Amino acid sequence: MSARQVTLQVNGVAHEISVTPDALLLDVLRDQLGMNDVRYGCGEGVCGTCTVLLDGEAVSGCLVYAVQVEFREITTLAGLLGEDESLHPLQEAFLRLGGTQCGFCTPGVILTAYSLAQRMPRPTREEIRYELGGSLCRCTGYAKIIDAVESYLDDRVLASEETRS
Amino acid sequence: MMAMFEPAVDTTTPMAAAPGALENAHARVVLDDWERRWYGEPRFNYELVRSYEEAVFALREHGEGAKALAGGQSLVPLMNLRLLRPSALIDLNGIGASAPQLDGGRLWLSAMTRYSQVLVSELARFQTPLLTTAIAYVGNVRVRNRGTIGGALAHGQATSELAAVALALGGEILAYGPTGTRVIDAEEFFVGHLKTDLRPEEVVTGLRLEAAQPRQGSSFKELARRSGAEAIAGVAANITLSPERDVIGGVRLGLIGVDEHPVAGDRTVLSALVGRIPTPAEIDEVASQVTARTAPVTDSQSTASYRRRLVRVLIRRALTEALERAEERASAE
Repeated sequence: MSARQVTLQVNGVAHEISVTPDALLLDVLRDQLGMNDVRYGCGEGVCGTCTVLLDGEAVSGCLVYAVQVEFREITTLAGLLGEDESLHPLQEAFLRLGGTQCGFCTPGVILTAYSLAQRMPRPTREEIRYELGGSLCRCTGYAKIIDAVESYLDDRVLASEETRS
Repeated sequence: MMAMFEPAVDTTTPMAAAPGALENAHARVVLDDWERRWYGEPRFNYELVRSYEEAVFALREHGEGAKALAGGQSLVPLMNLRLLRPSALIDLNGIGASAPQLDGGRLWLSAMTRYSQVLVSELARFQTPLLTTAIAYVGNVRVRNRGTIGGALAHGQATSELAAVALALGGEILAYGPTGTRVIDAEEFFVGHLKTDLRPEEVVTGLRLEAAQPRQGSSFKELARRSGAEAIAGVAANITLSPERDVIGGVRLGLIGVDEHPVAGDRTVLSALVGRIPTPAEIDEVASQVTARTAPVTDSQSTASYRRRLVRVLIRRALTEALERAEERASAE
């Protein structure tokens, strides 16, 4: 039998599951663990809808096999929610500024923006554009998405200044 | 930020039709999944290795159909589209990577170093600014987070930015195999469409690049249809002024998207620039002659004739900018 037991650490919860080596992380998260915030788009690593964070870094779920990421910290969009399932401030910003329409690309976009925000305190608009260049959106339009990310970052800068003063 | 739009080059040449290679991809995926469910067998065997010795041993053991898996950002898409069906994957991700290091005037990059690790390396930015500039054009953030130096070289894509840099900076590729370690000149490494000098049981262990010198300037120019998309063509240029006077002492070009594999700009043609400071017209003439010695192909990105016109412009711009930068650095001495 070529299936093996692996332990996947997803959004802080350990899942022990049986997978074959050719099972993509994307397929395992969706089909075996029922996480529908990870989406199949192109299957080539181009569109960004299957983005997950692997130890905090954005990767394509369709280009990683599940057996490769045992014991690594995997974060999907649901992992950004607060304890009482409250929305992350970045999600709030997307709602406030119309950064999402059909929502298919949104999990990937938000996770990518989140990992950028973890690395840099206030990236420029150009830096945000560069980072999100690999997340394709076919309906919202990129201007509002980037507006939403900028708004979140500005709010965060203000909040940290307030706590300091 | 990444792709530049250049109407002055040519906007009228029609693009090539979609490639035939992908026509049956969907049918193959469906059939494959059906087979897999029916027989309950995975499409390939998988083995994680922790050293290059183990990797070579495993490649041998699994035989002809085995492939080494590094970052998987080129290999796995081909497998997802069933354009490639290895019988076994030897996963190199158990092998560690070191941060970029300086080793006797050369920058050393270990094979499993990810693009993102190079991009944040201050040492790499200072010692090989051409490398940092060029690989910022690679794919998207997810590709850069996962894609590796060794994997990109071994894949040998005709449009690899890393390959252009390796060719412009006198790159040496280190490969480990059953007979030990081999050092391969970048100019001899890329031999055909997705084909390198690497033997079936060999794996890339690293890349050495010449570190920047004081009287040197470099430039990278690329055009892609969308930012982050595969390049239509690209040029990496590196110019060294002679130590005594402000004339060109050496010049090297790495060209991508102008042949079935990455190629170096023709040495004999480029030698016309040595010993002098060329005028813009002379640079353009050299660009035209270098272009004449390339063999661009027509594919889904672009036609051969468009590439030929484009690459001449890119070479001219890259040479001009590299020369300006070399002169700036020389005058700052």
